Amino acid sequence: MEISLAAEKIMHIGSFPITNAMLTSWIGAAILIVISILATRKMKMIPSGWQNTYETVIEMLLNMANSVIGDMKATKKYFPLVATLFLFIISNNWLGLIPGVGTIGLHETVHGKDILVPLFRSGNADLNMTLALAVTTVLAIQIFGIAAIGAIKYGKKFLNFSNPIMFIVGLLELIGEISRIISFSFRLFGNVFAGEVLLTVIAFIVPYIAPLPFYGLEIFVGFIQALVFTMLALVFIKSAITDHEEHEETQPAHAH
Amino acid sequence: MSPEAMSSIAAAAAIAIGAIGPAFAIGMIGSKGLEAIGRNPEAAGKVQGPMILAIAFAEAISIYALVVALIIKFV
Repeated sequence: MEISLAAEKIMHIGSFPITNAMLTSWIGAAILIVISILATRKMKMIPSGWQNTYETVIEMLLNMANSVIGDMKATKKYFPLVATLFLFIISNNWLGLIPGVGTIGLHETVHGKDILVPLFRSGNADLNMTLALAVTTVLAIQIFGIAAIGAIKYGKKFLNFSNPIMFIVGLLELIGEISRIISFSFRLFGNVFAGEVLLTVIAFIVPYIAPLPFYGLEIFVGFIQALVFTMLALVFIKSAITDHEEHEETQPAHAH
Repeated sequence: MSPEAMSSIAAAAAIAIGAIGPAFAIGMIGSKGLEAIGRNPEAAGKVQGPMILAIAFAEAISIYALVVALIIKFV
């Protein structure tokens, strides 16, 4: 039973290594694209079939985003990123549970000893993937904030020269922003990788019947982690586009 | 004591101690949330959202500890 913290490389394109997590996330992205194409060709006013299911999902996501941001016009501006995060993360998480992912490996490379290198691995079980998602999200939040309230007002949140205490508070805010990258990436990576390890260990000890409740837990955790990533991104976007100087009646959740 | 024994103990201690705080935190968040729902059942939807968010924050800390334990064990 081999467990590798880093995603294993399975091939090289030129000098660029391709890991198994990358391959699985490409398959997940391809599935999402195919479903989207199926749902949007020959669109009708009264939907049916693929279009109906897809519209239900998108509508639920839109309502969830609107419940955080409040203003439907603003929600529609930020909705593509947020919905993509949710669908991409949940497809990566659930693809990692399909039998064969993690166990089918064509290579038995000798690294001093014979080990099995799996061909597929859950996309988010690679820290590179979650780091990329986290950096993209935090950068997007900054850009949304600057676009919504202007660079000067947005910069005033972090570099506040009105009095020394507010200056330190601004610096702490800046450090908090950067720590969000670490928190986003490690939350998602830790949950998915730990789930994989858990399933491997349980299947190793008791192969029949016993892994079933853990599979149920992993399906649930995959969904919750996608939801949490999306909700946190929404909450931070809401906090970034709000002008804190004006007196707003709804205080956005000031999260760390 | 041999390095491998120490690293095994370190990995176990990392996750064991690192899960105590978040366990308490999630329990407290859950209890306050349920109390709020019990006092005002109509606001259940509004309480649920931030509660799940807060639970995810608390759980993230234990995941950091788990990642440290995995790094000690496997790297």
